[in-house]
This record gives sequence, structure tokens and C-alpha cells, in this order.
Amino acid sequence: MYRIRFHGRGGQGMKTASRILGEAFFLEGFEVQDAQRYGAERRGAPIFAYVRAAKEAIHERGVIARPGLIVVADDTLVAIAAAGVMQGLNEDCVVLIDSAESAAAWAERLNLPGPVIILPAHDTREAGEAAFVGVECAAAAACLAGVISQAYLEEAIRRELAPMGDEVVAQNLGIAADAYAKMEPYAGIVRADGTLSARAYKPPDWVDLPLEGVSLAGPAIYGGVNSELTNTGLWRTMRPVIDLERCNKCSWVCVSSCPDSAIQARADGTPEIDLDHCKGCMLCVAQCPPHAIGAVPETEALAREKAGEPVCAAN
Amino acid sequence: MRRELMTGNAAAAWGARLARADYLPAFPITPQTEIIETVAQWIDAGEMNCRMVMMESEHSMITAAGAAAATGVRVFTATSSQGLLYGMEMLYTVAGWRAPFVMANVSRGLAAPITLEPDHNDILAARDSGFLQIHCATCQEVLDASLIAYRVAEDARVRLPVIVNLDGFYLSFTREPVDIPSQDEVDAFVPPFDAGPTRFRAGKPMSQAVAVLGGTPYSYFRYETHLAARAALEVYAEATDAFERQFGRRYGALDAYRCDDADIIFVMMGSFATKAKDAVNKLRAIGERVGLLRPILLRPFPDTAIRQLLAGKKAVAVIDQNISMGMGGVLHGEVSAALNGSKDAPPVLASFVGGLGGRDISAEEFFEIAAETRRAAENGETPPPRLLFTESELREIRKLQAIAHVEHGSDEAEGNRNGEGEERHA
Ligand code: SF4
Ligand code: SF4
Repeated sequence: MYRIRFHGRGGQGMKTASRILGEAFFLEGFEVQDAQRYGAERRGAPIFAYVRAAKEAIHERGVIARPGLIVVADDTLVAIAAAGVMQGLNEDCVVLIDSAESAAAWAERLNLPGPVIILPAHDTREAGEAAFVGVECAAAAACLAGVISQAYLEEAIRRELAPMGDEVVAQNLGIAADAYAKMEPYAGIVRADGTLSARAYKPPDWVDLPLEGVSLAGPAIYGGVNSELTNTGLWRTMRPVIDLERCNKCSWVCVSSCPDSAIQARADGTPEIDLDHCKGCMLCVAQCPPHAIGAVPETEALAREKAGEPVCAAN
Repeated sequence: MRRELMTGNAAAAWGARLARADYLPAFPITPQTEIIETVAQWIDAGEMNCRMVMMESEHSMITAAGAAAATGVRVFTATSSQGLLYGMEMLYTVAGWRAPFVMANVSRGLAAPITLEPDHNDILAARDSGFLQIHCATCQEVLDASLIAYRVAEDARVRLPVIVNLDGFYLSFTREPVDIPSQDEVDAFVPPFDAGPTRFRAGKPMSQAVAVLGGTPYSYFRYETHLAARAALEVYAEATDAFERQFGRRYGALDAYRCDDADIIFVMMGSFATKAKDAVNKLRAIGERVGLLRPILLRPFPDTAIRQLLAGKKAVAVIDQNISMGMGGVLHGEVSAALNGSKDAPPVLASFVGGLGGRDISAEEFFEIAAETRRAAENGETPPPRLLFTESELREIRKLQAIAHVEHGSDEAEGNRNGEGEERHA
């Protein structure tokens, strides 16, 4: 059985990759299972998808524990434990990384026991932006498997991308042909076996769960202090700045408007903003009746602080 | 007929389409939403003639489904997990109306804590509602079961709603090859719903009401519902025979895989059972006589067939992907009840709970379940129930607890876990 896992970030097309590869295997007469796995959906989050293909009925199910090929569309994922890129690595497993670095570098960094192949990174990739590489990942994997003809790969791409229009299909056929050709020297390197034997297996290290107190074992976490310790104000782009000259100390208004409880009132009603936890949503700015809270770009506020100047809103 | 790769969700939608569902009240929830999206696209494209209505909750959705079915139209709907629970009041009510329709449930573990991945506590919460339950293990089964479900639900001897259950992710978002039968063949297998005298149409008014107070009539109607559910065993057998004649695929109330000469049997429901099947093949390859018994029908429960199939076996391992708090695995209890009083019942009926909230079950764990069950058969002692959970998983939990600042040893702070508790802990 071929077992292939694709790792990338949301928006890079890993689901598309698994569907194209699955479809291509299916057209070649294989039994197929392809699936995607995600948690909370958002662009840029680690995501993975997988394909199983075999000549006989497939009973295995769920995440592939012992892959024959791991395709990594974004090399920054390797270091993120939660992305699970390294899961189930073995000496027979081929690792294909879309990276600007060399195969030798990755083999050494990660102590990889099996072959490492580089899919040259996209020149068009903009800094910080994950490129859509689903089609070339699928095409490269198809070539590495060695049992998928270019014709069926192209038919699979046509089927999967048809809703996106002829132009997109044509463009992606070109991308696929290129990736398939680049992988030609390694065609067929992915192994289709790797089936576990029931004779010699590592028994699971099952544990008898002890009964633990509800403060530990209840899923409602009363840990308390960690949100205070975490500087959640880091991502603020605009800073609310109170002009105390104009402030009329009706602090119930701004205190209760802050969704992050980042405004506190002193005994005399003077409001104070906790900048470690203010996220810069500007709700207080909008609410303040005498318009005493101004909005200052965070970069500007920081520069002024650095220069020892007061930060005040120009209003 | 054509064979295509499709997800379990698409297969459920195909079931509704091929059965020519007239009406589909809907409400979205992960991981079910793809079903209603697929149907909506077909309706939009003019490929399916069905009235779809977005409701404001599952409670209304199930009410609408039951009310429509009670007028004699064919109804399909779908939900999952929290949605099923939100509609729970109406599950019992519409089943009590004896309103036949088909609802797909995409299994997902229940909150709290929250998960998007599957286990069977959602569907088992509906166990006693009067809905019949068909549990699927593959995408093909999802499509086929949806068609079979209409035959059973609408049969005059039954007239009860049916839930077709498919596991979230492992089926809902997994594509597999599925045979799509032709519309003609399906039309022959599921003819239009003939509701007989309970048909209700504009221009032909009739009165319709459900009003019974008091234990005597209540007992009568409730027990009649139970008898109808029991009668569904035979109706299901007829429907699956007819299905096999029409489409060539055989479904029993149970899927008995390599059980004939087996001395150890895994009992398991749903898509994770295909993993058990894989393990059976691997254990067979080294000479272990292991089989798998998978209940496809959970309600009505095929107790007689289970008793017969397990008779004379050395040991049984029931693997429950659910947990009844304070009791354990639900299927274990059901199988145990089915075996009660049987002279040649297996001496060992071991209980394993695994796959909660989508936690995977590895091949090695199935091998170990077989080994532990065999040891139990040899020394004649049933082992205590076992949760499939490893040392390394517990280490992961300890790590998460540390990050959340809830640490081991804070138990003493019980009931006092705010400020003072922390101080004492520190
Ligand atoms: S709402 Fe405005 S005026 Fe009132 S206390 Fe807050 S900052 Fe001052
Ligand atoms: S900007 Fe938003 S987060 Fe910051 S203090 Fe005002 S309301 Fe609170």
C-alpha cells in the first residue's frame, strides 16, 4: 500500500494535493482513500492531508502512522511539534521538502534516516506569505510513486480544478509537468510496502489512569494567573491614549467597554489602561463621551517612548 | 452505475438525492455541513427537486422533519453531536408520532471538553428515542444505508424515523471509491412513499393530533413503538435481501468478518471497525484465529444473531468508542445483555474503551487487545475494563497541565482553588 502524507499551511492547497494524487491513483486502477485533517480552520495554520492507495481493499483508516512519503510544502513547519511532520518517520520513508535549502542540510538537521529530496522553493513566494503549491506537490508525489502516468496525473488535475476554469487548469498543467519532470531522476523511489506484522510489534505502553482531583482533572481550567503573565498586548497596532485634561472620569463607560478588561479605574475615577493586555481594538476610543481617548499608531508611540517624549493623541 | 471517489458526507447527500427526498430542513454544524451544502448545490443547479429550508436550530429542524414526514412526503435531514442533543426533545416526539424519515448523523464527541472528532456518545444518547440506527463503516455503506433506511422507515409495519450514522473525519471528510447506482435502479428499490391513510395534502384536509394522557394509553402506544422497532429486524432483513438482489451488495444486521472458525472475536461499531478488520487480517496472517463482529443495526438490536454468532467462542473483546459515565462501554453492556442466559456464551467478555473524541487506535493496540483477551481466555478470568491510553499520552497531558498552570499536587486546594489555593500550592 502507498501511504503518503502532505503537510502545509492552510491556503497552500494540501487538500487539493491529496485529492489530485488520490484521483490519479484511482484512475490508475488503485483502491484509494484520501482525506484532510484540520482543527480550527484559518489561513496559515498547520494542516495535513493524506492518501492511501493499494490494489486491494483498504481497511486502514485515519492518520497515516507509517508513511512511505512525507511531502512538506512549507519547511518552517518541520520545527513545529504540533504540525506532526516527523511523525512515523522510518528509514524507508522518503521526505520531499519544498525548500531553498539542500537535502543534505535537512538530513543532518533532523537526523533523517531515509532519502530526502528537495522540491525547489517557489521564487514567486512573497515573504511571510504561504504560496499555493498543492498542484506541484501532487505532481512530484505522483512521479516519486512511480506508478502514475503523466496522462492520468493531468486528467486528475483537470477533474479537481475544473470548477476554477480553463485558464487555471491550463496554468496548473504546466506547473505539474514541470514538477513531474524535476522528480524524474527519483521516479519510483517511494515504497509501497511497510505493512506491520502482528508477530513482532511494540506493545502499547497502556497506563491505568488514576483518579485525580477535579482541580487537575476537570477540563475547565482554573489555572488563573497565566493570562496575566502573558503579554497579550503585543499584537496591538493602535494604542488608545487618554487625554486626562479632557477626561471627565466617567470611568464606568470606558472600563465596561473594554472586552479585555484592560482599563481599570483608580479610586477617584481616573481610568488607566493596562498596555500589556490592551489589544488595540479601539472600542474605548469609540465609546468615550468627551472624545478624551485618542488613537496613536503603536510604532509611533514606541518611537516616542524611546526618544523620551510623551505619547499623546493629536486630537 | 458509476464509481467515483467521494466523501462520506457526499455519499449521504447522494442517498438523499437518489431516494428523491422531497423536503430537507437543515441547520449547519461541523462536520456535517458538507451534506447540506452538497444538496443545496444540486437544488441550485436544478439537478435535484427538493425543498430545502434553513431552520434556526436543530430543535426546529427535527420538528419540521417529523411534521413533514407525518404528511406523507419523503424527508431527509442531517446533524451531528451538539446539534443532535439540541434536538433531543423532538427526537423522542417525532418518533412517537411514528413519522418516518431519514437523518444522517455525523458522529462527533460531545462537550465538555470540546472536540470536532468522532466518538459515539452523541448517537448513543439517541439510543432509546425510537429512532432506528444504522451504523456505517465505509462511504459506500453511507449511501447504501440511506436507501435501505427509507425502505425500513416507510414500511407500514415499522413507520419510524431512522438515523444513518457516519463518523466525523474518518468518513465525513474521507474520500473512498463509491458505486453510485443509477436513478432507475434506485427508483425500483425505493418507490415513492405511500403513506396510505396518513397522507395529508392541501385541498384534502383532515385532522391530525397526538393527545394522550395517563399511563394506560401511554403504555399501549409506547410499547407499540417498541414492537414496531423490533419488527424492523425482519423488515431490515427483507430490505437488505432486496438490496442485494438489486445492487449486488450484501448487508446484514451484523457484519461478521472471519468469525466462523475464530476463537477470539472483536466487537466494534462504526468506521474504526475497519481498522479492526485490518488487524484481524494481520493476526490471521500469523495464525491467530481472530474475527470481527460489527453491529450495523444498533436499534433494533440484533441480539439473537449476536448470541448465535458468539456461541462457543473462547473470548470476546468489546471495543467501545463511547463511555457511559459510571458504567463504562455501552456496547459492552448491550452485548452482555444479549448473551445473558445463553448456555454456550463465551466465558470471557472483556471491555475496552478507545477512540474517544477521535483518538486513534493503532494496529499494535488491536494486537495487544487480542493478546490480552487470549490470555484471559486461557486463565478464565475477565480482565478489568481498559481505556486505550498510553504513558506517552499521559506525559502530553502533564505538559499541557503545566502550561496551563494546573499542576499535580493541587488536589489539596480543592474547593479553595482561587487565590488561597494557589498560595498553598506554591
Ligand atoms: S470614558 Fe472617556 S471620559 Fe469617561 S473616564 Fe473613560 S476616558 Fe475618561
Ligand atoms: S483599545 Fe480595546 S483593548 Fe485597548 S483599552 Fe481600549 S477597549 Fe480595551
